[in-house]
Amino acid sequence: MIEQHTISILLENEAGSLSRVSGLFSARAYNIESLSVAPTEDPSVSRMTVVTAGSPAIVEQIIKQLNKLVDVIKLVDLNDGARIERELLLIKLHCSKPDKRAEFKRLADIFSGEIVDITEDSYTIQITGLPSRIDEFIQAAGSRNVIELVRSGVLGLQIGNRSLTT
Amino acid sequence: MSNQLRGAEIFVKALADEGVEFLFGYPGGAVLHLYDEIFKQDTIKHVLVRHEQGATHAADGYARATGKPGVVLVTSGPGATNAVTGIATAHMDSIPMVVFTGQVSTALIGNDAFQEVDSVGITRPCVKHNFLVQRVEDLAIIIKKAFYVASSGRPGPVVVDIPKDVTAALTAYEYPESVEMRSYKPTTQGHAGQIKRAADLLLSAKKPMIYSGGGAIIGDASRELTEFCRLLGYPVTNTLMGLGAYPGSDPQFVGMLGMHGTYEANMAMHHCDVLIAIGARFDDRVTGDLEKFCPEAKIIHIDIDPASIAKNVSVDVPIVGAVSNVLKELIDVIRATDHKVVERHSDDWWRQIDKWREIKCLDYDKSSALIKPQSVIESLHRVTKGDAYVTSDVGQHQMWAAQYYTFDQPRRWINSGGLGTMGFGLPSAMGVQLAFPGATVACVTGEASFQMCIQELSTCLQYRLPIKIISLNNRYLGMVRQWQEFFYESRYSHSYSDALPDFVKLAESYGHIGMRIDSPADVDTALDEAFAMTDRLVMMDFITDQTENVYPMIAAGKGQHEMHLAPNDRELA
Repeated sequence: MIEQHTISILLENEAGSLSRVSGLFSARAYNIESLSVAPTEDPSVSRMTVVTAGSPAIVEQIIKQLNKLVDVIKLVDLNDGARIERELLLIKLHCSKPDKRAEFKRLADIFSGEIVDITEDSYTIQITGLPSRIDEFIQAAGSRNVIELVRSGVLGLQIGNRSLTT
Repeated sequence: MSNQLRGAEIFVKALADEGVEFLFGYPGGAVLHLYDEIFKQDTIKHVLVRHEQGATHAADGYARATGKPGVVLVTSGPGATNAVTGIATAHMDSIPMVVFTGQVSTALIGNDAFQEVDSVGITRPCVKHNFLVQRVEDLAIIIKKAFYVASSGRPGPVVVDIPKDVTAALTAYEYPESVEMRSYKPTTQGHAGQIKRAADLLLSAKKPMIYSGGGAIIGDASRELTEFCRLLGYPVTNTLMGLGAYPGSDPQFVGMLGMHGTYEANMAMHHCDVLIAIGARFDDRVTGDLEKFCPEAKIIHIDIDPASIAKNVSVDVPIVGAVSNVLKELIDVIRATDHKVVERHSDDWWRQIDKWREIKCLDYDKSSALIKPQSVIESLHRVTKGDAYVTSDVGQHQMWAAQYYTFDQPRRWINSGGLGTMGFGLPSAMGVQLAFPGATVACVTGEASFQMCIQELSTCLQYRLPIKIISLNNRYLGMVRQWQEFFYESRYSHSYSDALPDFVKLAESYGHIGMRIDSPADVDTALDEAFAMTDRLVMMDFITDQTENVYPMIAAGKGQHEMHLAPNDRELA
């Protein structure tokens, strides 16, 4: 049974750390659905969120293999408890006609989005939310209308007092 | 500013402070500053190999025989890429090794400079960890970390890439006593509750089996393993990497298991009800078809690497920890119960195993007019009184050495088990012989493997290494030929050894002694004569039966109970 898991990783913010993680996934033929990484409040530590998929045995191996990397300080499988997940979407849509402009403005409002750039021919809209919500927005906007889009990949935290810290 | 040292001086001082005895290497542009410092001292003995692959295998052999990390120094670019095979070999077998690669100056990195290669990138998938030293201030601490990471936890090779300008830059030197890494803390103590569960399960077994691997040797747990096995009286098998951890001549030992393991070991594995795996990793060459593996067994697995546990086979009682520590605790827990040692003669399970033993799966034709390779290994055991360090290359000869040279001590059997690297035998023997100058070191090889690192014969002369090379020359890439015979209707596609050199003359031209032996009657006397020459390398070219195959055999994808025995089949028990 294939399950999707979101794994949060604290790792040494050193040259090559990211490639150790991504190299592990490719060398062992594990899936990466999305991956995002940036430094934390402590500049020597990066926090990475990886969304992966596999059978329970594979996911167990992924977690063990990640833990084995010398640069990995700590990690948590966010699926082990309640979590909050968010993704950011920037999407540029064709809208030279007034009715389209009104439609996309409404759509952005419905999804609590924000129009962050406007030209005569396009809107660029920013949406944050669950990945499924992002999917819904893209679908609602219609693929014919999309000029380009970019997604941040999933970010996640455990809910409540639990936290992943060094 | 008085005690400012150059990076190159720091390098040499740090190795000396780390207690490094030998540095296996080959100079080149990016490491000239380092070599200049090596020239000025004699604490660390540099061993000049003839190819960087040889340097890594020699360091690897040294590490396997001594337990201390092997140390290598090569230049940038091709120096580093030539070392990769040896690094990967050490990685697969969890051998502690620190490999220093020269790198172009930091200002040139990424510019496609002369002899530039991304050594950290290339080696990343085949090291335990690697470092690029970007500032001379980091050099000493990185060297300390490299040795710590390489030799602690589940050991492995660590690469340290040092740009040339770092070796010229100045800083103060202080070698740290110890090092703390927040991201690296290996677990060495087993969980007490799990150890208790393991003891209960072991004591409840009717058909127990002990399966130990390379971890028992690398983790220096041979004594604990032997005590543990004798305390229980249970049958013991070792993997290819684990031979010698439990004495091979002991009646409790049922032989190696796996693809070319004994019938009794594999049958006992298949039928056991409780299996304890100790520092072994359920490699595909051991398990055969996973669907058919140990169908009735509850499995206990002790390993220092959590990622080894439940990787291939699901486990009932996982125990993460150093094998020696866990076994000690397990022994204490068992001692505290009212258990009795299993008596072989009165135990049903042992009676069954002894029945399987009666098949004598390692028998071979001793009346042949041709030299049987198995007989050479048996003679080697006799002549060396079972006390030699035996290195091997990869292929049929490796399996025969594993099957017929009974290893009673750990760290005596040195072979590339995981990666299966041809060319490993001779250079690894150099590392062993340097570590133990007075010891008997035999390199069992074949005419094909031997030619893969043959250039090291020159190194052997330079350092007067009296290795005895036992080449089982069947004029074939024997293991390839065997698979082609079995699975490709005897279409021997490019598995012959054509245009072979005269190995006797070849040995002589390198300044050694060469011998050719082509009659079974001469095997013993030739070996006696060769091993009597304790100060010379002797290359022995045994012309063996070309058609001999390695038996028993489990074909890939078959279960452990589906073994092929030698052709003139004996009735199975």
